[in-house]
Amino acid sequence: MTLLRPLLVVFGQSVLVFLIFFAIPGNDPAARLAGRGAPAETIAAVRAEYGLDQPLPLQYVTVMRRLFVTQDLPSFVNRGQLVVPAVLRAAPITLALAVGAAVLWCAAGLLIGLGGRGRVWDGVVLGAGLVGTSIPVFWLGEIVNLVTQSRYRAWFGWVPPLGVTPVSVGGFLAQMALPCATLAVVYAGVYGRVLRTSIGAAAARPHVRTARAKGLSDGTVLRRHVLPGALGPAVALLGLDLGALLGGGTILVEVVFGLPGLGRLTYTALTTLDLAMVMACTLYAAVLVAVCGVVADAVTARLAGPVG
Amino acid sequence: MGRLAALVLAVLVGACALAPWYAAHVSGMDPFRTNVLGALPDGTPVLAAQELGVTPAGPTGRGAYLLGADGLGRDVAARLLYGGRVSLGIAFVATVLCLVLSTVLGVAAGFLAGPADAVIAGTLDLLWAFPVTLLAICLAAVLAGSSESDSLALPTAILSIVYIPYVARPIRAEVAGLRGAEFVTAARSVGAGPWRILWRHVLPQLRGTLLAFLPLIAAMVLLTEASLSILSVGVQAPYASWGTLIADGQALLYVRPLVAIAPGVLIMATVLSLNALAQSMARE
Repeated sequence: MTLLRPLLVVFGQSVLVFLIFFAIPGNDPAARLAGRGAPAETIAAVRAEYGLDQPLPLQYVTVMRRLFVTQDLPSFVNRGQLVVPAVLRAAPITLALAVGAAVLWCAAGLLIGLGGRGRVWDGVVLGAGLVGTSIPVFWLGEIVNLVTQSRYRAWFGWVPPLGVTPVSVGGFLAQMALPCATLAVVYAGVYGRVLRTSIGAAAARPHVRTARAKGLSDGTVLRRHVLPGALGPAVALLGLDLGALLGGGTILVEVVFGLPGLGRLTYTALTTLDLAMVMACTLYAAVLVAVCGVVADAVTARLAGPVG
Repeated sequence: MGRLAALVLAVLVGACALAPWYAAHVSGMDPFRTNVLGALPDGTPVLAAQELGVTPAGPTGRGAYLLGADGLGRDVAARLLYGGRVSLGIAFVATVLCLVLSTVLGVAAGFLAGPADAVIAGTLDLLWAFPVTLLAICLAAVLAGSSESDSLALPTAILSIVYIPYVARPIRAEVAGLRGAEFVTAARSVGAGPWRILWRHVLPQLRGTLLAFLPLIAAMVLLTEASLSILSVGVQAPYASWGTLIADGQALLYVRPLVAIAPGVLIMATVLSLNALAQSMARE
């Protein structure tokens, strides 16, 4: 029942993407998929491969079957490279980047949320949120690179050079640290503000006063009685923001830091106008976003359940 | 806070409007013409040859090459102002278009109700759930090959479409609420036709909502335009926007960081002002 809606959404989105790629008038979709200045034989091969002589609904079925079931859709720009395996290889990097960033900004948001009270702090937190959401993330990544790769390289010896594939777990963590932190800067202020408001409201509820009155320590009151009732809004927001990150929000960060994730794959495909790859990246990202929404809904429902 | 933000915006818009004057009288050169072999007044070359590639001149502090040269010997300061004209122009036109289209769709759905509403609202819901960046990228990738690419119209059109669900959905809800409002019933009972009710009683009520969305959508459009341009599917040469300037400066990042950093500062100043403006409007 709860799964029906996300499935419908993903179906609708797949139709939408299909229509964008195959039904926008003006240019032959086969010529678009074949790439810039492709010879006639390539265009004919694309037409055969994608079943473009069939009516649109059949074309839709063919493309979706080859994307999700047989996973053998070739890219014609990139000499017949299969697009789906490339997407599946890249997806874990993007997932790690988004989740790592979320962990960092939630931690920062909690610190801000539990931190100083009063009008001055309110202003500071509001300002931090505004500045965070106004930062062009690619530009912030450039500044981070400038500092850690060039100007103050001596202090940042632990950061691997850009575009190097790490061989160890430690190397992977070192490679992901700065990209995650860069993304986290964008969101930390907003989460701090949301958590400040909801923690303030939860702490003023009567059952918290009762808990305090029966002599529980501050830490226990916070953990058992304040936080469970205060996390709801932030978790709901987290579902949306993680979705936005998986749905293209990490592209610029992956490009600027040279991480081989879905975003960088999309970027390379865009620079060569490899539409088959762009389509595969988009649809798999849409599925990730839908999964993320289902998980967020489940967690929110759990939190909103019987208050402990 | 709102006044300061408005002031910053006015200064930025004014400065970019004066770009041709700046190029002609202060920098004294065409910011779209490459100057690979030229020299500064003191005799140093604009592009100094290095082992690998070239190092452009740094900031001079004088009129010509105030902020230095880019990789092709063009004046960075003048290109920033011209880039601002493109970025701010696209943001303004796309935002206004988005608000107009959203109003038409939202009012149509909310006012007509019935099957028309079901179709429009369903489509809006579907688009709303689709990640904006990916939608813009798909449209840009598909259309990039099919239209003449020296146009600014394509990114403007794409950006005006992708944010429609964010505005049209609340407008639809508001209009649906107004449909049953007492003053609308009263107008209808004295014989006002549907167009008159729309024009005189419904549209004026939407002014506040639309004004509140204006800076928010403009801020998002500006950031998304920069993203698309950095990803090579936004503004195309010979035009330059702040986004393409960031992308062009990327190659010089460690040598002449200002080339890529300066346009980012301007984007951030503009977006921050727009967001601050929206915040202060929401408080009133």
